[in-house]
Amino acid sequence: MEIERHEYDVVVIGAGGAGLRAAIEARQQGKRTAIVCKSLFGKAHTVMAEGGAAAAMGNVNPDDNWMVHFRDTMRGGKFLNNWRMAELHAKEAPDRVWELEAWGALFDRTKDGKISQRNFGGHEYPRLAHVGDRTGLELIRTLQQRVVALQQEDEKLHGDPEAYIKVFAECTVTRLLKEGGAIAGAFGYWRETGKFVLFDAPAVVLATGGIGKSYVVTSNSWEYTGDGHALALLAGAELINMEFIQFHPTGMVWPPSVRGILVTESVRGDGGVLRNSEGRRFMFDYVPDVFKDKYATTEEEADRWYTDQANNRRPPELLPRDEVARAINAEVKAGRGSPQGGVFLDVSTRLPAAEIVKRLPSMHHQFKELADVDITREPMQVGPTCHYIMGGVEVDADTGAASVPGLFAAGEVSGGMHGSNRLGGNSLSDLLVFGRRAGAGAAAYVNGLAKRPAASEESIRDARDEALAPLERSGGENPYEVHHELQRTMNELVGIIRKAEEVSEALEAVEKLKERSKNTASPGGRIYNPGWHLALDLRNMLLVSECVARAALLREESRGGHTRDDYPKMSPEWRRRLLVCSATPDGATVSVEEKIQPSMRADLLVLFDRPELSKYLTEDELAEYDAVDGAVKEA
Amino acid sequence: MTQTTAENPARKQRAQIKVRTLRTDRWWLAPALTFTGLMAFLVYGFWAIFDQSYLAGQYIAPFASPCLATSCPEGARLFGLAPFGDWYTLPPGLLILGLPGGFRLTCYYYRKSYYRSFWLSPPACSVAEPHGKYTGETRLPLIIQNIHRYFFYFAAIIGLILTYDAVLAFRDKDGNWGHVGLGTIILVVNAILILAYTFGCHSCRHITAGRLNHFSKHPIRYKAWTFVSKLNAKHQQFAWASMFSVMIADLYVRLVAKGIINFPFA
Amino acid sequence: MGYKAKFRVWRGEGGEGRLEDFTVEVNEGEVVLDVIHRLQATQAPDLAVRWNCKAGKCGSCSMEINGKPRLGCMTRMSTFEETETITVTPMRTFPVIKDLVTDVSFNYQKAREIPSFTPPKDVKPGEYRMQQIDVERSQEFRKCIECFMCNNVCHVIRDHDENKPAFAGPRFLMRIAELDMHPYDVADRKDSAQNEHGLGYCNITKCCTEVCPEHIKITDNALIPMKERVVDRKYDPLVWLGNKIFKRSGG
Repeated sequence: MEIERHEYDVVVIGAGGAGLRAAIEARQQGKRTAIVCKSLFGKAHTVMAEGGAAAAMGNVNPDDNWMVHFRDTMRGGKFLNNWRMAELHAKEAPDRVWELEAWGALFDRTKDGKISQRNFGGHEYPRLAHVGDRTGLELIRTLQQRVVALQQEDEKLHGDPEAYIKVFAECTVTRLLKEGGAIAGAFGYWRETGKFVLFDAPAVVLATGGIGKSYVVTSNSWEYTGDGHALALLAGAELINMEFIQFHPTGMVWPPSVRGILVTESVRGDGGVLRNSEGRRFMFDYVPDVFKDKYATTEEEADRWYTDQANNRRPPELLPRDEVARAINAEVKAGRGSPQGGVFLDVSTRLPAAEIVKRLPSMHHQFKELADVDITREPMQVGPTCHYIMGGVEVDADTGAASVPGLFAAGEVSGGMHGSNRLGGNSLSDLLVFGRRAGAGAAAYVNGLAKRPAASEESIRDARDEALAPLERSGGENPYEVHHELQRTMNELVGIIRKAEEVSEALEAVEKLKERSKNTASPGGRIYNPGWHLALDLRNMLLVSECVARAALLREESRGGHTRDDYPKMSPEWRRRLLVCSATPDGATVSVEEKIQPSMRADLLVLFDRPELSKYLTEDELAEYDAVDGAVKEA
Repeated sequence: MTQTTAENPARKQRAQIKVRTLRTDRWWLAPALTFTGLMAFLVYGFWAIFDQSYLAGQYIAPFASPCLATSCPEGARLFGLAPFGDWYTLPPGLLILGLPGGFRLTCYYYRKSYYRSFWLSPPACSVAEPHGKYTGETRLPLIIQNIHRYFFYFAAIIGLILTYDAVLAFRDKDGNWGHVGLGTIILVVNAILILAYTFGCHSCRHITAGRLNHFSKHPIRYKAWTFVSKLNAKHQQFAWASMFSVMIADLYVRLVAKGIINFPFA
Repeated sequence: MGYKAKFRVWRGEGGEGRLEDFTVEVNEGEVVLDVIHRLQATQAPDLAVRWNCKAGKCGSCSMEINGKPRLGCMTRMSTFEETETITVTPMRTFPVIKDLVTDVSFNYQKAREIPSFTPPKDVKPGEYRMQQIDVERSQEFRKCIECFMCNNVCHVIRDHDENKPAFAGPRFLMRIAELDMHPYDVADRKDSAQNEHGLGYCNITKCCTEVCPEHIKITDNALIPMKERVVDRKYDPLVWLGNKIFKRSGG
């Protein structure tokens, strides 16, 4: 069997923010590191992030600190977050952002020369380090250039730039290999040639991003087929919180071919308002009770906030994303939508044209080029779009380690950090904080190994046969059709608003599609054959979709990115319960079980007021709080 | 460690597309117009240098200014000076035309325009050039293009002289101030365009502050740079506008000098 | 609404290939990449095309449409006549892998040849203080999405493959300018820009600027200013003398 083989200490799958940060860390700790990515180096989905990276540096408002950020994150996630992750994230994000600057990133500046920070939904203070509305691009380019800088160092030291860190671009991993219970490597193929490649490595960091391509209307690119989620499942790891999917409230709705492409939240942060077809700023009607005292109740107050944030409450357009997405959904359903099925997002009447072009250059460009709409003159039409999955591989907060020894995960593919809903801006900082931690975790794991596990020839053969199957079949299913069917199913039946019957129907449909996907055929050869690639990705999308649907059916409440029409209330009973998804090694059976989340550490718990906690916690938990709070006050 | 790398020998070849370009628009139009425009300027310039009627009362033809030889009439001399004395008998324009000429020849915009339209290197974007070898501005003679900024210094002086000439055009034939004729307007417009072209030059932009890395420490130079940058963004337009305005102004003065134009408001 | 468009798409592997004709449905609001995808889904499942974000932000779907370098995702079908035959070919300057996918490793090679950002040793993360006006120039260049269409269109290598070793291309000459203008970069980049990365090959014919999907003024704001900075160093005796006398560090 002729398979190209490479030996590494750490293999990072995915070259977005989390993957690159993990790889940089592993290499900085002296580990031979491979970065394997489906696209070219520097094209990962991170480039799409617009708003910024949330970090409590306090450059714009000195009152900001990690505790405020921590509180905002927990609130945004409706207290379902892994609190340890939220804590580490809030504490370490500033250092991670500053580090980027030392690697060449050029953020927008404050008057005194520090990194400027902007307002964003759910964040109490201006907190997002940004570069116009292309922060993700800045982040990925900086990390990419950091990798290059390390390679230049290695070239000087060892004569070979790729001695310690090498990028395997346009290379897809289809299976993780194990020996005993531990990771032994990864098997994949070169997209370019269709040839197989095997990485012998004791540690694998998954950083593959999300699952959006299981939906029709999504802001995600083709790569987001849930590869890491599926690889982890098949390797025996668990996924948590898979029912929580963030629908970004503002995606483009027209023209059809760009439906779903993101309209950054900064549009609202910088003054953009949402109106329905009657011209009403409808968000005032949708402020939920838990946020009542934090958001403006009149347009006048909301408008004053943009210039005087100390004495006014925020406009309701800046509510967390799940609230805004549901509100838009409700307006459209009530027949008050825009002509093309969204609502109006207007910045043209709020800011001078030159200011719009300066603050939102890529939005201006995007609408001009794709929709022929000049956002300095007319409102945009926007609607919810599948944007981010809060769920993912269950990991140890400090090291990013999954339950399978040698397997690590960071970024969107990992779960827990964002709870039931992610705040805008917390994704880029999440990538940096936990990318670094996973890289360090993997390096430490490798250091502690007595012997490197080796994958069996049999498992390699199986992986190869699995990958070749669609090419060897003829006259089977068209993978494009199976994919479209899956996207429609998920969009219509497990979308923003869910019902038990519909989700059950979706599960049946997914079951049928699983059968069909076993029979897909891809004509053509192995060289750059997108039909074949899609056939292989289908396995992952179906697995992940099943997890999402199963968990969505079980969770009988509405919280964050999971809204049940038949259970519209948030239930404190459900808050501590995580839904954990696992699968058999062949992926045939997927099961979801409940698990209780550990209680928050006392010193973190007391950062919140009792009245606020009482909205989320059960009576038992509140009693715990009172005991802790009393003890702290005495001490 | 055993490592093999995927090498596919077939990868090293470009797509074999034989045609020079697949462009379907009229890509040849722009270089053709540029060629025509520049040729017209060269032909006119050649004629103007040898034409002696460059002084029409208070008006002096831009191609002959400043006139630095004794052979020039009093009124055409800059501040009445004639540093070249009387040994110089060739047309006076030859003495100074090299300066604005060199400025334009080495100008970053004109370089683009003649590399494209005269040397076809390339004639238009994604249209193959006809040359077998290309070294650009890496060696002689084209490496000389790097002296552009020196021509800028001289061109700036010439620009100021033409402005001075335009100011003098507010005098009537007898030297009294207050005159405004068609010639005055033409010379003033020309001077403005020449200045806008000259001070919008990339070298000027570099000198004002482009070479600095900390604008914030040099607020005045930064202001100047911002202004020059605005002119520079329209460098191409000013290059053409000033080229035509100088031709028109020059021709106008000569026609007046020759008595061909002779109406009251000239 | 919808109509049938005529497409000619270059298909082949490793250089050998030909233009193939297709008739394909086009709907309102679509871009060229949508049509290529429709071809994949309905007529040519193994038609290779690189793409990612489909929003003009990642720079993956660079191709040549009617002979002009364009992003497939940003080229609206409404810019063509319904009767027009639209020719789609891979980028010409780079070796082709298959169909519309080219081997762009040249660009990654060049990226590695440019010395990285070099801050002063004594500045720690978090201590950087820069004014907005001082970072704006470099920020413009950092808008680059690395579609590599500037390097593709540049005749220096497009028409002269033999210049590839000596010429970094507009993308990476711009990277040099970005770093040279960075308020905290202390590396000397002027000599190497000219001697090692081929700035002198650029004859400022501006095709890079013309094709840039991010509308970066590559020539006016990066390449020419960099040429001028090189002149300071290599070709300007006055500046040389001034630096000798006043021992200025160059701003």
